[in-house]
Amino acid sequence: MPELASSPAGVNDFVIKFANVNGTGSASANSLIMKSIFRMGVPVVGKNFFPSNIQGLPTWYEIRVTGDAWMARSGRVDVMIAMNAETYGRDIAEVSPGGYLVFDSTWQRPALLTREDVTVLGVPLAQLCTENFEGARARVLMKNIMYAGVLAALLDLDLEVMRGLLVESYSKKPALVDANMKAIGIGYDYAREHFDCPLPTRVEGLGLTRGHFMMDGNTAAALGCVYAGATVGAWYPITPSTSLMDAFRGFCGRFRVDPETGRNNYIIVQAEDELAAIGAVIGASWNGARAFTPTSGPGISLMNEFIGLAYYAEIPAVLFDVQRVGPSTGMPTRTQQCDLLSCAYASHGDTRHVLLFPANPEECFYMSVQAFDLAERLQTPVFVLLDLDIGMNDWMVPDLKWSDDFQPDRGKVLSPELLEKIERFHRYLDVDGDGIPWRTIPGVGEKGAYFTRGSGHNQYGGYTEDSTEYQAVMERLSRKFRKAAGMVPQAVSNGDGRASVGIVSLGSCDGAVCEALQVLRAGDLAVDYLRVRGFPFGEEVESFLADHEIIFVVEQNRDAQLKSLLTLETAVEKRKLRSVLYYSGLPISSGCIVEGINSALARGEAA
Amino acid sequence: MSGVVKPRVEHPGLPRNALGLSRRAYEGGMSTLCAGCGHDSVTAAIVQACFELSMPPQSVAKLSGIGCSSKTTAYFVSGAHGFNGVHGRMPAIAAGASAANRTLKYLGVSGDGDSLSIGLGQLGHAIRRNMDMLYLLENNGVYGLTKGQFSASADLGSKSKKGESNDHEPIDPVLLALALGATFVARSFSGDKEQLVPLIKMGLMHQGFALIDILSPCVTFNDHEGSTKSYAYVREHLQTPIAADFVESRREITVSYAAGEAVSVEMHDGSNVLLRKLDSSYDPTDRSAALAYVQERAAINEHVTGLIYLGEGRRHFHERHNTPDEALNSLAFDKLCPGSAALERILSRYR
Repeated sequence: MPELASSPAGVNDFVIKFANVNGTGSASANSLIMKSIFRMGVPVVGKNFFPSNIQGLPTWYEIRVTGDAWMARSGRVDVMIAMNAETYGRDIAEVSPGGYLVFDSTWQRPALLTREDVTVLGVPLAQLCTENFEGARARVLMKNIMYAGVLAALLDLDLEVMRGLLVESYSKKPALVDANMKAIGIGYDYAREHFDCPLPTRVEGLGLTRGHFMMDGNTAAALGCVYAGATVGAWYPITPSTSLMDAFRGFCGRFRVDPETGRNNYIIVQAEDELAAIGAVIGASWNGARAFTPTSGPGISLMNEFIGLAYYAEIPAVLFDVQRVGPSTGMPTRTQQCDLLSCAYASHGDTRHVLLFPANPEECFYMSVQAFDLAERLQTPVFVLLDLDIGMNDWMVPDLKWSDDFQPDRGKVLSPELLEKIERFHRYLDVDGDGIPWRTIPGVGEKGAYFTRGSGHNQYGGYTEDSTEYQAVMERLSRKFRKAAGMVPQAVSNGDGRASVGIVSLGSCDGAVCEALQVLRAGDLAVDYLRVRGFPFGEEVESFLADHEIIFVVEQNRDAQLKSLLTLETAVEKRKLRSVLYYSGLPISSGCIVEGINSALARGEAA
Repeated sequence: MSGVVKPRVEHPGLPRNALGLSRRAYEGGMSTLCAGCGHDSVTAAIVQACFELSMPPQSVAKLSGIGCSSKTTAYFVSGAHGFNGVHGRMPAIAAGASAANRTLKYLGVSGDGDSLSIGLGQLGHAIRRNMDMLYLLENNGVYGLTKGQFSASADLGSKSKKGESNDHEPIDPVLLALALGATFVARSFSGDKEQLVPLIKMGLMHQGFALIDILSPCVTFNDHEGSTKSYAYVREHLQTPIAADFVESRREITVSYAAGEAVSVEMHDGSNVLLRKLDSSYDPTDRSAALAYVQERAAINEHVTGLIYLGEGRRHFHERHNTPDEALNSLAFDKLCPGSAALERILSRYR
């Protein structure tokens, strides 16, 4: 399904797609290829399309080689590695005209499964493995590594770079390096002997990846949790957020074990369900620790009651929602931006929550740190909304920076010394006039003791059923929320701001929107772009909406949730907003944005 | 959950504990429960136990869910932080709170609706995790705030105030805790302060999860003829195989019993539990025997009370997580943040 008729593929500008069977070890071969290209200095975009399955179902991996350093899928497939007989038919159909397909020719495909506009290259991978390796498992694994060798010849990859990567991967099992290199060599030699290598779609070393690394967003967010000083993580395993806690555990194993005592300066509570997970986060935050939970949409649904408690009782909490396709169980291994509304207004009663929208793993790291500061400063739950595309795919990321002067903002917490100085402590009294009351941490002393409750309370922290007292607290919560608009990350804009057409988008749409902008502008459309990075929306969002006549809201869900949120929470006239929606479960590419905007404008919607 | 604060007027002659505090220092807000509610007696027993243990009020964290029982955390130890959470989810808050600061004493108060219906899963997992906390289950067999529905602890065939008969077998928290491996399991009666106060003291000093199921009659909805949780019925059907006394570490054990009758069990802080056998066949350190005993007695409509099981050998929550002795919330930021040099090393693995 090519979506963008971009220029033909060529040097450092093409897409390789791998069609594999889940559980056969293809991931390491695919990642070896991507990492090799990255190390040759050429930017890459990796996308994994995997089933909710442990072994046996089809799985695909896509690598976009992009000398122009685009961040999204292109929608093309220039080289298909068709290793799964079950999906061969649809795989060959997906190759862009002029593209290539590599398959295992040990068993011949019926002649009808070819295309005149696709060059089919057969390599007898299984046969070569049987001839050269012992044992069934080794033969399966080496078959994958062998196609990496074939690709090395076809794409002109640097064999020394590949060896270097293998040496690092197998530092504890050096014998595997030689076995893998042998398989690569066999594939490489076969391709050189039988095909015209390299192909026009090939890699030429560039210096563009220096100062960058490859990481997925879940790992980056977990790293942020470590750097923010989070000590309590509570969770219930759920795809696609699981690897966030796995990464947190890994980093803590390295950096949070006291070298003298061997004790853990962290706790990970694997809860019995998401209700307990968020409950533990709230209990820990109430008690003065930085605590977080990673989850996905179904988990947010379950956490709703507790989220309302944290909002109303004003307890910090950090939630990472790695969004996946809904509704219900939906498609757990596919991506969407479908929890905007359920997070913004989570729980019954009047509640509104602070949301952060990272667009890539780099922002996952920084926003993760910021989420803890905001949660404690505002004494409220803060949601970091990743999605599966950001969370589980490896992205090329500019080096992260960290200042050793950084001190976390623990918010308005009365220390024993401060407590001593005041006459009386009232938990929900707006003493500073900023909508944010002071809090105390249990154990601080009798003077700071108060009773936390989700039932009606007055500004002194006492139980109430009095309308005026109840409303006073609710009004202040509203003021506090409005204040958050100036504290969340500001929206970033692209363009001179003078176009009449604007695009508003968020999160993982960013790469595709940036690429679409170039196409649209090349087609002489003046267009500005605003990427919102937080909710509640700041003044800059209001201004952008006011300054543009037609605004396309690009997002990855069916029901235009960002557009709804803008309509509800800003002064924008609804008639100005148009939707560009993409919710197939695969990451959005620029093609559908260009197409969506151009066709809307052609229909005269600009008028 | 009253906003009414009791005036702290103290008679100079009031007895004082080792901290120089009177019993009044352990009281809380005015109860808004019905006059005669068993829960208020439990509150009084908690006040007495904390006073006798000379606990600094701020060293306690009071946690509860939702329901009549859960309101009571506002009625004792006003110098402690309290958290009235959501229905049935107090154990989750306890897990997080304890994770953040292991140095406080966690006192959870719940009821039969909160613990055995909506929160049964959480109670089970708190036991499984062996949270270091005392969990008081104020058990009256009925939903009071919603006016008289049977709870999951109501006995089969017991009658509601309206005369309906209960069609379901009860869930017995004592059997549940024994089956799930809790190391301190007791049952008491709100009307038996002599028994309850020492049990609360032991439970607070026990390391790991301590459950006390407290039969605490609801005077308004479950104190009638035909109820098996009424004052009259409970009083007539109590059966106590073991009398347990708590002896603080700094006090010498002066109580003496005839040889063979009493056993002293030392607790982690050096205090002792003195067990006196009222039923010579009963061994409170034998889990399966305790299970069988409670079941046999239940079959003849007897509520076994007292310290039912006291065991050791299960690592508690913090031991399992290998956390430091100091509270996680007290660790300095430079101990938690790996810093810029480490970041460069981390990134080098992802190039």
